[in-house]
Amino acid sequence: MPASIRDVMPAFELFQPASVADTLGLLERHGSDAWIMAGGLDTFDWLKDRIQKPKVVIDLSNVSELRGIKERDGGIEIGALTTLTTITRDPLVTGKYRMLAEAAGLVASPQIRNQGTLGGNLAQDARCWYYRAGWPCYRAGGNICYADTPTSLNREHAIFEADRCVAVNPSDTAPTLIALDAQFVIMREGREQVVSAQDFFVGPGIDITRLTMLQPGDLLTAIRIPGTWAGKELFFEKVRDRQVWDFALVNIAAAIEGSASTITRTRMVVNGVAARPHRLEAVEAFLAGKSRTPEVAEQAADLAVAGAEPLRHNAYKVPLVRNLVKRAIRGGAEWTS
Amino acid sequence: MDILTSALSPWGESILVRISWDLFWAALVGGILFLLSHGSYMLFSPHHKRASDDVDKLEAAHASLPPRIERHSFVARMFHWVMAFAMLSLVFTAFLPVVGVRFAWVQWHWMAGILLTGAIIFHIIHATFFMDFWSIWISPKDLPDAKAEILRELGADVDAPKPGKYPLGNRLYHLAVLVAGLGAISSGILMMARVRTPIFERNPFWMGDAAYGLTYVVHGLTGVGFVGMIIAHIYFALRPEKFWLTKSMLFGTISRREYLEHHDTKRWVANK
Repeated sequence: MPASIRDVMPAFELFQPASVADTLGLLERHGSDAWIMAGGLDTFDWLKDRIQKPKVVIDLSNVSELRGIKERDGGIEIGALTTLTTITRDPLVTGKYRMLAEAAGLVASPQIRNQGTLGGNLAQDARCWYYRAGWPCYRAGGNICYADTPTSLNREHAIFEADRCVAVNPSDTAPTLIALDAQFVIMREGREQVVSAQDFFVGPGIDITRLTMLQPGDLLTAIRIPGTWAGKELFFEKVRDRQVWDFALVNIAAAIEGSASTITRTRMVVNGVAARPHRLEAVEAFLAGKSRTPEVAEQAADLAVAGAEPLRHNAYKVPLVRNLVKRAIRGGAEWTS
Repeated sequence: MDILTSALSPWGESILVRISWDLFWAALVGGILFLLSHGSYMLFSPHHKRASDDVDKLEAAHASLPPRIERHSFVARMFHWVMAFAMLSLVFTAFLPVVGVRFAWVQWHWMAGILLTGAIIFHIIHATFFMDFWSIWISPKDLPDAKAEILRELGADVDAPKPGKYPLGNRLYHLAVLVAGLGAISSGILMMARVRTPIFERNPFWMGDAAYGLTYVVHGLTGVGFVGMIIAHIYFALRPEKFWLTKSMLFGTISRREYLEHHDTKRWVANK
């Protein structure tokens, strides 16, 4: 069977560069043979299970220039190697974008947040157990989705945008960054490329073997959050089976502009429901200029789940998304009518 | 270079998954090399064209024929171009992602496949009941023509074969497209059971992993085969000495002179 040895690391050539320039040089030299490791929390499972067998591992932990949070153009820039714990405590983040701090603080467990990085949380691979077990599914380069059959265990899988593969994006920070209209800085072939957070994530229709646009040789270096939504009403909520050390069944991030009674503009994103964070553009358009009432929230919730195609065991995600959308619209306040 | 890709099934068995994409590059490079080598050969080799005097005499003898001879009916031409559109759509949607152009290709691919299947079904009915069905097929009677064609290409001074409606090359190409097309369509329909479409109820276990692996391999082999065949087809369609055939697929007719120069009037009797 593919997954056999779980305690011993396989043999690979380990590099621990101390700068971005050195890292890019290594990536250029080793190309698709190289595996980039940030916090290592996604990596070690893959390696110990012998599902992924890279010849070269590039450990980024010594690249200090990828760490830290600083102000930039009215917003902030977060190094991709910044730990999740740092993000939860940083005054710039908590002051301007509390939603991101909350999302980072709800990732897994304190130990994992101490080691896990923002870049790693964004670029982590799917958690579908058929895929992680090394079965030859679409995402692994095969020709079938084992999770999308009448007898599959697919309680955690997609209700939107399924295209052969039904795995979901497991990140908690990804939807917050899309809601905040963040931009991701990627080094590709020696050049800096800046992409919107929304475009960073790709669905299976575009690339069934990846959750992000990162290709071999690419390096995610920083996340830039503009000042657009700084200090605005921000809402994040994560629903999971247990209240610690668990991935989201569904999470929601919403950035809302307006008053306690009226919404003028919003960006709303749910994750855990598709292979990429699912932006609720129809809801956003509907809510512009609307009052915050139970009736409006009900209609927005209907829009949020339009087109959902539940699998055998995950239809519960439909009412979950509906309720999260209503809670996001209500925010912390009571209904005004 | 890998030819096939295999993987371990959940039961630990080695199963075929698909062809290696190296084969796509091989077909692409092979098609381009054929194009270059044939083009060079045609540039430098002796060509045998029927003497103009001979054709003049033929025209005089068949003066009762109309100046334009219908070669492809409107319906036949429509089929050809619909099929060409479907084929190119299939090849581009299949292989652009392989070369790194990312887009949601699956839905476009299966829709083009449905279009091709419909066109082929129509063509079978149309060719069977409304066309000269046997004119496109090869038979042992074509061997002398093939021999003469090869000898002429090699520079020998032998009479040019005069086929019926379709030259031997056309008929061989049709046969190759038929075999590859039926392989691609039958495997493609089986593969559609694994994706969500409004046509079939999805059932990924309609066949076992091993059978599906073979199906994917057949689909891949026919697909890369079409890459080479399409390159060759477009190349010949654009060659100056074949362009009269291409024009006939656009406008439906050839001139009386072209008819008499290239066809055996007994094997293809033109409508007067």
